[in-house]
This record gives sequence, C-alpha cells and structure tokens, in this order.
Amino acid sequence: MKHTLVATLDNNPFAFNRVISLFRARGFVIDSLTIGQTDVQDLMRLTVVVDGSKTAVEQVIKQLYKIVEVRKVSDLSDEQPVARELALVKVTSKPATRAEIMQLVDIYRARIVDVALASVMIEVTGDPEKIDSMVALLRGFGIKELVRTGVVAMVRGSSTREAASLKEVPAWA
Amino acid sequence: MKINGARMVCESLAAEGVRVVFGLPGGAIMPLYDVLPEFPFRHILVRHEQGAAHMADAYGRASGDVGVCLATSGPGATNLVTGLCNAMMDCAPLVAITANVTSSSIGSDAFQEADITGITIPVTKHNFLVRHPKEIGPTIKDAFHLARTGRPGPVLVDIPKDVLQLEAEYTYPAKPNLPGYNPTTQPNALQVRKAARLIEEASRPVIIAGHGVIISQAWDELRELAEKHHIPVINTLLGLSGFPGDHQLFLGMPGMHGTAYACYASDQADLIIGVGNRFDDRATGKFSAFASRAKVIHIDIDPGDIGKNVAADVPIVADCKPALQALIREIGQCADHSGWLTQIDQWKEQFPLPKAPEDGSLSHRHVIDELWQATQGRAMIVTDVGQHQMFMAQEFPFLVPNSHFSSGGLGTMGFALPAAIGAHFARPDEPIWCCAGDGGFQMTSQELAVVSKYQLPIKIALFNNQYLGMVRQWQELFYNRNYVEVDLSGPPDFVKLADAYSIPAWRVDRPDEVSAAIQRAIAEPGPALIDFRIDPTENVFPMVLTGTPLADVIPYETKATNDASQPVRR
Ligand SMILES: Cc1ncc(C[n+]2csc(CCOP(=O)(O)OP(=O)(O)O)c2C)c(N)n1
Ligand SMILES: [Mg+2]
Repeated sequence: MKHTLVATLDNNPFAFNRVISLFRARGFVIDSLTIGQTDVQDLMRLTVVVDGSKTAVEQVIKQLYKIVEVRKVSDLSDEQPVARELALVKVTSKPATRAEIMQLVDIYRARIVDVALASVMIEVTGDPEKIDSMVALLRGFGIKELVRTGVVAMVRGSSTREAASLKEVPAWA
Repeated sequence: MKINGARMVCESLAAEGVRVVFGLPGGAIMPLYDVLPEFPFRHILVRHEQGAAHMADAYGRASGDVGVCLATSGPGATNLVTGLCNAMMDCAPLVAITANVTSSSIGSDAFQEADITGITIPVTKHNFLVRHPKEIGPTIKDAFHLARTGRPGPVLVDIPKDVLQLEAEYTYPAKPNLPGYNPTTQPNALQVRKAARLIEEASRPVIIAGHGVIISQAWDELRELAEKHHIPVINTLLGLSGFPGDHQLFLGMPGMHGTAYACYASDQADLIIGVGNRFDDRATGKFSAFASRAKVIHIDIDPGDIGKNVAADVPIVADCKPALQALIREIGQCADHSGWLTQIDQWKEQFPLPKAPEDGSLSHRHVIDELWQATQGRAMIVTDVGQHQMFMAQEFPFLVPNSHFSSGGLGTMGFALPAAIGAHFARPDEPIWCCAGDGGFQMTSQELAVVSKYQLPIKIALFNNQYLGMVRQWQELFYNRNYVEVDLSGPPDFVKLADAYSIPAWRVDRPDEVSAAIQRAIAEPGPALIDFRIDPTENVFPMVLTGTPLADVIPYETKATNDASQPVRR
C-alpha cells in the first residue's frame, strides 16, 4: 500500500542529505519525494510517498525520527489528505490538433502556459491519479518533454502536522 | 575571553571531563596539536587512525563515558571510517574530531581534502561541519550529549583549519541545543503493566539480555528480576558480562555459535523478554522460526530496533535500567517455572559445551580455561573477530560487569589490540587480556608501538591457528573443503615481532605449557605476548547454520558435519 509521509526537518543541506542517505542505505522504495519551505523559516517540509507494508512504513518512520534534524514525521495515509502534484508537459501541436488539446486542458482544468509553432506547454495540478490520466491522453499527441514535482500533502480540517518546536513524542513511546 | 578555535576545542574537551584522547597529527589539524600541551588531558599517539577510533570506542565502552579521537583531514579522517562504523553498530559513545582544509578551499579538491561529513553520514549517529569558531563550544557540547545519551554512538565534528586558527569569543553552553533530539528513557506505565502480566502468566520465560543492559549499567536489576522470579538468562555476544557467567540461571550466548541449551530454551520458550538487545540474525537463526511458541516483550531505547526483525507483543521504548526497575515493582506472583528450569538443567547436562581435547593438541579451550583459572574470571577480556572470539564467548564465564569487549555488529578484524589499549586507559588498574587471532592481529599490530612505548600492562594472547580460521571452517563445512586463500602459515614470527617492539613474548605449543606461560605473562610488570600455537583444524561448535532455526543447532562436530580430514593447504 502507498503511504504519504510528511516530515518537518531543519533547513540545512545535511538534513536533506541524511534523509536521502537513509532511504538509499535501508533500501526503502520511494515513489515520490519533495522538499520545500514551510511557514517557519528554519524548517523544511519533506513529503515522501513510499510503497510498503505497514511494518515497513513504521520502520521508515522510526528511522526518520532517528535523524537529529528531523522534528516530526506523520503518516497521512489514513486521513485522506489533500495531495497535490504539479506537472509541466510540452506537447506537439499542429493546427489540426490544437483545438482538441485545448479541450482536454479545459476538462482537466489545466492551463496552457506557453504556445509555440509546433508545441504547447501545459501546466496541470491535481492529485497524482489525475495527472497520470491527463498525461496518458496527451501521449497520443506526442509528448516532447514532461516534468512532475512530486506530491505535497496536507490534512484537512484545522489540525496541523507542522512540527512543534520540540520533537514530539511519537505514539510508540 | 577571545581565544583561537584550536584552544576552544581543547577547552571544550576539558569541560567535558576528557582525560585522554587518541590521535595522530597532520597538516590541517596542526593548529590543534600546537596547543594540546597546554591542556590537562593526555594524548596517545597512535600508529594508524583506525587504531585511534577503536581505542576511543573501547574507552567509551569500558568507562561508560565518551571516548575521543583526533585525525587530520583527508586520509587521516578516512582512516577513521571503519572505527566509526564499528562504534555505530555496537553503540559505543565516541566523539571524533577531524580537521579539514581551509573553508575557502572546501569543495575544490584541495590537497588532503575529503568530504568526511558526507562520507560518514551512514556510519555516525550524527556529524557536524563547523563553519565559525563561535560554533565550536556549542557544537562540541551537542556532540558529547548525542554520543552518550539515548542509544549511544559515534559523533564526528569536522573543523576547517582556518576555523581552528581564527580567534573569537569562547563560550561553553551549560546545555545542548538539540530541539530535534529527545530520546525516550522512561518506560510507559501501561506497557510495563502489560509486560508484567505476560511475565506472571508465562510458564517457560527466558530473558535475552543484550548490550543495552551493560550500557545502562542495569546488571543489578537484571539479576534481581531473574533471581526473584526464577527466569533463565541468555546473553547476546555484546551482552556478555551483563549477568554472572557462573550463575545457575545463566545459559550463555544464543545463536550461530551459542550454547545448544540457549538455542533450545529460546526455541521452546513461551515468553521471550528481550532487554537491550536487537534480535540480530546471528542471535536468532532463521527469523521466521524464531520465538514461534513465544510472546515477545522487547525493551530497548531505540524504537527502530523494536519490531524490526522480530515482532514484539509488548514493546517498551526505554533505557533498560528504569524499565527493569519498573518491571520489578510491577510483577506480582509468577507462575511456577520449576518444570521449565528442570528441563533447562537437563539440556545443560545432556548438551554441555564441547570439552577441550585430550589428545595433546592445543585447543582454544585449553587456553581460555587456563586464562579463567589464572584470573578467576576477573579481568577485562577484549576479543577480535573469528573462531577465537566465539570460543571465548562460550568458554569464559564473565564475573565482572562490563568486562567483555568485542566487535559484535560489524565484526571488525583488528579491533582487539587498539580496543585493549582504549579499555586499559579507561580502567588502568584492572588486569586486561587482548585475545586475537593471527589474522586480525596483523590488521592493527602497529599499535604494539603504543603498548610498548607507554609500557601498558596489556597481556596479549594470540590464538595462532595459522589460518583465517573462521573462514576456513566455513570452507570446510559449506564449500567442500575447498580451502582458498585462508592459509596464514609462515611469516611473521610473532615472538620476533613482539621483540621488535621490546615486548616480552614466548611461544606455547602444548596444553601442559599453557598455565605457566600465562603466569609468566601476568608476572611481567608491563606488556607480554604469548603465541599460542592452536590446532589449525579446530572448529567452533555448537553451530546454527545460516538460515536455519535455533532448534536445529548442531551441538557437536560429527562425521556428518565434517569428516575431520586435515585441511589441504593451498
Ligand atoms: C576486516 C575484516 N575482514 C574480513 C573479515 C572476514 N572474516 C571473519 S572471521 C575471519 C578470519 C579471522 O582469522 P583470525 O584473525 O586468524 O581468527 P580465527 O578465526 O582464526 O580465530 C575473516 C577473514 C572480517 N570479519 N573483518
Ligand atoms: Mg587464525
């Protein structure tokens, strides 16, 4: 099963290096990994989607907690979080296909962000499944270039998964 | 007070109560060595930085405080890596201080530049690159705190040369500043209650006690729990000397070369109480068959080790000492274990450890038995890696808490000699024996210079079987006696090698010479080395073959496991 984990960590290159090193060294399989700024200047937020059994994912979380710069780790999988990814797709377009592409863009509530003689660039945001399905349809026109950001996620409602200033005591303790 | 970075390092070490550091200088770290003589702690000049790391590692284990090693940039720092990894695997509290090239040349492939913080991420508990002298005090404070608390481990602090030279205001904080580090040390009361109920109900309980008992100095609590409720105790390799080796409830070591009765007891138990252990594959045999009849209580300070290899019915994340104290308070009336203890005594009687041979050949067991007789089990024993290590773990009943030191998790050949030096500096008044194989000893034998120069009273028992013995045993048993590149016969003559370092040494070939040789070594005021010429064909048994369950332990060498023909030299 896929698990979406979010971790808050100190904003320094060592912290990021340690996290990546951990996934590599322990052979955890990553579907997607992103890191970005939070509202607190010195803290970064890591969002990682891993595929594995409950015990394997528990092990990932425990090992992440052992990194000194990691403040908090949560598994959002059971909470139906809002999960979003952004993709930029450069698609071959001829006068004959342009209208059809525009229609698709409309349906997916995507945007055309650049138009050239023989191609258009599409920006699409959504959950990964939506992007998968749009990309599959665009493939028919010829994809020249594609990039996806990887997933970021947040729980619904007013609770947060932002790290408190102190490392919170995880549930197993 | 404005002082340079180098003095700040030394002030910080002094503030942490450091008494001795192990290291070797070089270009980048010269500013630090320049000021070392101004400070009250001792520096021990090693002959290879790996030695410095092992010394600091064993100093940490033996003292319960933090061991410190120093190395210069580039090759000096990379030479520490094996030692750091060893300390990481075995939870040894260690702080390594390395110098790096000047800040402005970092990242330029400058002479003797190595990205040592990058290299050591997977083999340290944490590491730091210091960018300004004002960070030195706070960083060293954090480093010592990380090294000695929680699950102890090695911490590396890398300091560019210019940062050592620059002057700044020195402050040493009273407290570490590690908002992301908060290990759980006190047990959860609910978990303790659940564990206590399981213990009360169990009819065939067994304790598997690991290194954590020694690290948290919980040997009295372990003994109290075992004696009060009549629960037999198994010690993992690194758990040895955490429970009296001559105790009626003691079953020795489990696993690959453990005692047959420890294997049977873990297999037949209905409750396994893991205390400060990590259910390593060497100790459990085939994971899926381990504890198949048992519920598992697992006490460890590292949540990452709980549920990793063996699922725990009751996990307790805590330091062993408070966890055991809480358990002892909580446990009421236990079920009767007399049938279980009788069963265990029967196994002990039926499958004792193999005896030393009486055919005149010199066995590891002869030497170890005489070592025990001579010391009455009251000496620090440091072992290397291989057959001799396993024989020692089986055959020597440890009586002094925290008196057995070995490279467990990493299995680092070359550990014993430098580790013996480190342990000696931690507890200089205790007798100490360095027990090494002829292979591993040669990996760090340059540290004989340290032993000789400082006239350390370290006695070296060389188990010289003329082979990479453990590998030879595997080739014999699993590779059709195809002995490839395990023959160490010939040079060096270890007696002459010791002589080159002015260390008294002699050779022993026969069982009847062992005792006198050991007495002679003990009588030497300084170091001594005995070259024990062990039977090259001796194998370690009992044995649990890789990937097989503990129940299938092979207690004795038989025709089926080995047709006992002489190894063919290649
Ligand atoms: C640094 C290192 N290299 C290789 C090994 C693999 N290894 C494990 S035991 C062993 C043989 C050790 O021989 P020796 O030191 O003579 O000890 P013995 O087994 O003969 O007692 C070897 C090569 C190791 N553990 N460590
Ligand atoms: Mg050997």
